[in-house]
Amino acid sequence: MRHLFASAAVGAFGLLALSGTASAQGATTVCLITKTDTNPFFVKMKEGAEAKAKELGINLQSYAGRVDGDSDSQVQAIESCIAGGAKGILIAASDTKGIVPTVKKARDAGLIVIALDTPLEPLASADATFATDNYEAGVLIGQWAKAKMGAEAANAKIAFLDLTPQQPSVAVLRDQGFMQGFGIDVKDKAIVGDESDKRIVGHDVTNGNEEGGRQAMENLLQKDPSINLVYTINEPAAAGAYEALKSLGVADKVTIVSVDGGCPGIANVKAGVIGATSMQYPLKMAAMGVEAVKTFVESGKKPEASAGLDITNTGVDLVTDKPVDGVKSMDSAAASKACWG
Amino acid sequence: MSETSTRKGSDFEQQLDKSDTRVAEFSGHGRTPLQHLQHFLHGNPTMVPVIVLLVGIGIFGSLIGGRFFNAFTMTLILQQVAIVGIVGVAQTLIILTAGIDLSVGAIMVLSSVIMGNLAVVNGVPAPLALLIGFAVGTFCGAVNGVLVAKVKLPPFIVTLGMWFVFEAVNFIYTQNATIRAQDVEAAAPLLQFLGNTFQIGGAVFTYAVVSVLLLVALFYYILNNTAWGRHVYAIGDDEDAARLSGISSSRVLISVYAVSGLICAFAGWALIGRIGSVSPTSGYEANIQAITAVVIGGTSLFGGRGSVIGTLVGALIVGVFAMGLRIYGTDPQWTRLTVGALIILAVAADQWIRKVSA
Repeated sequence: MRHLFASAAVGAFGLLALSGTASAQGATTVCLITKTDTNPFFVKMKEGAEAKAKELGINLQSYAGRVDGDSDSQVQAIESCIAGGAKGILIAASDTKGIVPTVKKARDAGLIVIALDTPLEPLASADATFATDNYEAGVLIGQWAKAKMGAEAANAKIAFLDLTPQQPSVAVLRDQGFMQGFGIDVKDKAIVGDESDKRIVGHDVTNGNEEGGRQAMENLLQKDPSINLVYTINEPAAAGAYEALKSLGVADKVTIVSVDGGCPGIANVKAGVIGATSMQYPLKMAAMGVEAVKTFVESGKKPEASAGLDITNTGVDLVTDKPVDGVKSMDSAAASKACWG
Repeated sequence: MSETSTRKGSDFEQQLDKSDTRVAEFSGHGRTPLQHLQHFLHGNPTMVPVIVLLVGIGIFGSLIGGRFFNAFTMTLILQQVAIVGIVGVAQTLIILTAGIDLSVGAIMVLSSVIMGNLAVVNGVPAPLALLIGFAVGTFCGAVNGVLVAKVKLPPFIVTLGMWFVFEAVNFIYTQNATIRAQDVEAAAPLLQFLGNTFQIGGAVFTYAVVSVLLLVALFYYILNNTAWGRHVYAIGDDEDAARLSGISSSRVLISVYAVSGLICAFAGWALIGRIGSVSPTSGYEANIQAITAVVIGGTSLFGGRGSVIGTLVGALIVGVFAMGLRIYGTDPQWTRLTVGALIILAVAADQWIRKVSA
């Protein structure tokens, strides 16, 4: 046991020494702090940041929370970065409100802080936000579904498979974006469930995984067995919904749309399980972040938000093997080269 | 338990034949109907959740009507709660010993991803992959058991720590990658076996439903009619007394946690059947859901009182209310609120029943 501790201590010390030498060579240090280091989305993000850092000769230090929602580790990571003399921090925050005071400390110390994937609350707490326009992601699949159904869109029976009862912003944006794309009056954009459109069968929550997707789909089918269109928050939830439809023998009557662009999801587009999905680009997000820090160090210039948005949009594309007129899309073969996870 | 001896003893023991052979009983005169009910429930603790379940079905049946109260919906609820029911059996065993296991969901998921990855990614024959998954689940449970029984750490702390450990191992091992249902189906359909359905009239059952019913029956028998089962109750009731009466409490405790781990691995198999795919992000609330089922099912968190049947009924109660509220069209938060209220009610009812007075 004592040996273990000793070697762990030596190992940790060695690491410290290593990172010390790395930054001593005068290279700019950038910190990447993700929610977890297990989720393929963030794994891809790290890969993107590492590749770009190597290319630009920047020293990258990666930190992650233990699980989604672990904000303490992220606070400690920011503090280490300030102490370690990093020039910039790229963060996908677990607690978008709670992390703000710590982020302010970093900015006061002269670091540039860029939020990746998840906007902070308030958004202006970070110098910039590089993220998928989740509303746009929803609009794309909504438009596709509407065009796909044609005249039948008037008789659509739609199930909404959302994320959690707390309805975080990303879930609200995707859900409401889909409605707008499909031509449903969303009433208040910030609220899910205030709509009165008869085509909405109901909303249920999935926790963003297969298990929750299946249960939510079963529940909503009990409410109305004639559902023919299913919006899902992400591709695991879509896979679960498909299992429910399959076991009830109605899989061929129902179209599923989703958001993410993970490789299993793209494979499901190819297999016809998912009709269309909106793909996001974690790799690009991180690479842009690293570049932005370099620009800031060299010229003091901060990145600007995309036109008409308060974030810098890192792009979102519709993926489907059944393209429709008026909505630009790529097929699953092309998407499988760009997918993540 | 207590048999009246038919052997003729020594002479002086013959005097016993003249003694009163009635078991001690409370005098039942002058009771209000409420006290009658209290007394009846005290003798049949499983009846409380059963009554709640029937009332729940009655309420939603009358509110919603045929769309809720039909064979298909009822059996769908069974399908939805099968996994929680299986994990609930494991949790019941532990809670009967006055312990608690926060790692049941993590053991379930870890076992399922090991089965899935071995069979689909590494090409291990499916039956062998299942066995390895069962072995891993049993081992995880045994580790918990050793830490509780031998190292004498509180179960809550042990399983809190191991919950994180098992969950982390699950994510590290899988790299959080999901194996798609189609790939599982192609490489190892046996893994999805418990998700297969069969129909009896309008009722649709999965093999997972059958297995949870069999599992509950099996453990009801084991807990009530085997020495090991009675030892589980005895340890939960009063560990010191159990030890003094010759029960090897640490052996029994380790075996309880190990068996619980094995049942969780079985739940992992059922999980693959339910969701089709092999996903490391599943079941992260299973520990809380299982504890909820156990508590609503009338098992005492102080150990020594309760039954696996109660737990299954507890899981069904949650399932009925969740489904009923969803069909009725409420916000998902109302389901959580209702389940929370049911937990408090269940424990309050339990306390009230214990206050039985003559």
